[in-house]
Formats: sequence, structure tokens, C-alpha cells
Amino acid sequence: MKVNKTQETEFTFEEAMMRLEELVGKLENGETSLDEALKLFEEGAQLSKLCSRRLTDAEQKITTLSGISGNENINKG
Amino acid sequence: MNASFIILSVSQLNTYVRSVLDADRRLSGVFVRGEISNFTNHYRSGHFYLTLKDENASIKAVMFKISAQRLKFMPYDGMKVIVIGRASIYDRDGQYQFYIEDMQPDGVGALHIAYEQLKEKLSLEGLFDEDKKRPLPKYPMRIGVVTSPTGAAIADIESILARRWPLAEIILYPVLVQGDVAPVQICKAIEYLNLNNCADVIIVGRGGGSIEELWAFNNENVARCVANSKIPVVSAVGHETDYTITDFASDLRAATPSAAAELVSPDITDTVAFVDGINYNMRTILNKKLADYKRRYEKAVSARALRVPMNIIEMKHLRLDFLNIKAIRAVKAVVNAKGYSFATLTAKLDSLSPLKVLARGYAIPSSQSGKIIMSEKTLSPGDDFNLQLNDGIINCKVLYKNS
Repeated sequence: MKVNKTQETEFTFEEAMMRLEELVGKLENGETSLDEALKLFEEGAQLSKLCSRRLTDAEQKITTLSGISGNENINKG
Repeated sequence: MNASFIILSVSQLNTYVRSVLDADRRLSGVFVRGEISNFTNHYRSGHFYLTLKDENASIKAVMFKISAQRLKFMPYDGMKVIVIGRASIYDRDGQYQFYIEDMQPDGVGALHIAYEQLKEKLSLEGLFDEDKKRPLPKYPMRIGVVTSPTGAAIADIESILARRWPLAEIILYPVLVQGDVAPVQICKAIEYLNLNNCADVIIVGRGGGSIEELWAFNNENVARCVANSKIPVVSAVGHETDYTITDFASDLRAATPSAAAELVSPDITDTVAFVDGINYNMRTILNKKLADYKRRYEKAVSARALRVPMNIIEMKHLRLDFLNIKAIRAVKAVVNAKGYSFATLTAKLDSLSPLKVLARGYAIPSSQSGKIIMSEKTLSPGDDFNLQLNDGIINCKVLYKNS
């Protein structure tokens, strides 16, 4: 799964979605120049591609911590 | 034989003892705590017969139908109860027993009181305040679950999240969910998840059960852990009608573990549609913008001035040339009309020049003031006047006129 590495580490899914909404809001605003609009669109297209991919490739993962001692190797955010 | 002793019959004895007991206020309307054994529900009469006991002693007891039928539960052997009634004896057989007027379960009653007291205490502290509740993340990527690893709760949560939001990793921290050790484990789980920042949201709970079975979730420490958790906590304890202190302390109560799974997750199909929608919107807006700009550009470019800008200057040149030609032609026309060539005219003009006239011997008379004298009438004998010759001016005087 080829994903833009920079964006993967920079954005959580939630941040990516928020940024997408922000971008489309700016575009809808109508006050952007053509140059700005193109830049916003490009970023938006990349982000939406990333999000779509994560949504369609999703496979549930379950991690069980070891109870009382709880020293499982987990994804520390 | 002298009868100075009072000799009672058995009936008299029993009656007397009974009256002694009945007369003692402290023995009526008295509360007694004990455990039931030898319980008999005498269906024919409707009366309950039982023994009440503690570790050291026991007493026979009866609850007559009139009181028994009001009970909302069925007593059983081993049940701990609190009864109210009176201690007396039954005349007939001298049996000392307790006449029960009302009965309530001891264990659960105490639990209910404890629950109400703790709820009041924590509420006054502000632990349940609305502004303490944390908002849930919209798109959680890691969902912590604190529950029994073998219960129905985790199975329900897993299956619902698999369908609805498989993106999220489920982090299960297994705990006991009832018994004395449960509160300690539940607290530890929540603290661990917080300390290591393992989850974006936590579900804590268990399947249905009696108040005793759910009791760990009415524990004060558990409530505090849940309230203090920086990671938002959704409580899911028992069934719809079960409310525990943890439910008040959590950031959101779910009626069941399944409901909790639905509350913490978005629907994946909705999210996909949302992203597609945004994509579509962006493209539409951009295309419209491009079309707008194209239109503006074309309009600007088609304006005549812009299309061939050099023509203006060329046009001006042309006009100038045209005017020149026109002027020349006009003059030529005039000249031709008179039948003269230009050269002839200039020659004639030249010959008519006053200076050329002077060269031919003519003179110009003028008064002292410089005014040219045109007529002899202007002058009289004796007047001074000037005479301009080709090469100079002579002062003259009029001698006489030839008129």
C-alpha cells in the first residue's frame, strides 16, 4: 500500500478529515485566486485519496493487553 | 396440708409468661437481623414458618399470611434479612418465637443505601457535572475496552465495530468485572491506558446481572478513575435499566456494550460517502473557477484595442499623412485654378516686394513719426519728411508743391 509517507506521519485520520473540510470550505468561499484554488485543490485531492484508501483497506485489528501486568507492545500515540 | 404456695397450671404459667413478654415495650416493634433457615411456606394457611439465626443463637419465627402476602419477594434459606415484629411465646406450647410483621432483604437493602449515599456524595463534589464530560473523538483509531475477556460484552463490541468501523484497533485490557478484586483491576486498566496513551476512547463495562454482580461499578475508586480519565470514557454496564455510579461519572453512558460500540464509532459507509462528496465538491468548484477565469480572459483578450494594439499608432500616422496630402492638394488646387505655377508666383511675389521696388529707384516717403505718406495732400511747403531710398534715409523739406 503506497501511501504518502509525510502525510501518514503528519496527519491522523481525524486531522486529515478536518483539514479536508477546511479546504473545501475555503474553496466554497470563492475569495481564492486561481493560484490559491489550485494549491488547495491539490492538497485536498491528496488527502481525500489518503482517507479513501484507509477506509477501503480497513481490517479490524484486536490487541489484548496482558491484564494485570499489561506490558504488551502497543501503539503508543 | 397448708396451701401457702401458689401452684399454677401450665396454662396459667404460659399465659403469665406471655403477658410479661407482651408488656415489655422493647420486645415489640423490634428490628432483628438474621439469616433464614428451615423456611416453610405453608400454602394451606399462607403462613411462613422459619428459623432466624446468627452465629451463636437462633429463634423460631412465624409470619402470618396477612403480613406475608405483602412481601414483594420470596424468602429462602440462607437469605439475610432484617425483620420487624415482636418476641413472645405461644400459649399453647410455650414456644418462644418471633412474630414477624415485615421483612426486607438485608444484603441488598444495605447496598441500595450505600449506592444512594455514594451517589449523593460524589454528585455534591461535582464529579458528575456536565462540564466535566469530555467530548468523544469523531474518528477514533484506537478503542480501549476494559471488560471481561470471556463475557458477551467484548464479543458484542468486536462484532459491531468490525461491521461499522474496522479502521479502529481494539485494545482489550481484560479485567474481572465482579468480586472484591474487580474495582482494583478496573482502576488499574483505566490508569494504564491513560498513562501510556493507548486509546482515543475507552469503553468500560460488562453484561447484565444483579445489583451484587454489578457492584464493582458502584465502587468509589472506580468512579473517580473514570471521572479523572483524560481519555474519554463510555460506560456500558448491564442492561438498559441498570444505572451504576460509573454511569454518572463517565463521559457518556451507553445502555449496553453494543450501544457503546455504536456511540464511539462513525459509520464507515457514511464516512466514505462524505469523503467522496468532498472530492466531488472540490472538483466542481475548481472547474467552475477555471471556467470563470477562462471566460474573463477571453473577454479581455477579444477587446479590439488589445487584439491589435499597434494599429492605433499606425492609424494615427496614416491620418497625419492623409492630412498632409490633403493640405498639399488644396494648395496645389488653388494654385492651378489661378493658372500660375508656384515658381511664377514666388517670382512675382518677389518682384512685388517693397525692397525690390526700392532697388528699381522708387523711394518711400514717411512723416517724422514714421507714418508712410500716401498723398501729396498730406504735405505742405515747409514740412519735414523722410525719404527711404534703397540704401538709406534722407531728411527732406518741402519747397513747393506742383498742384
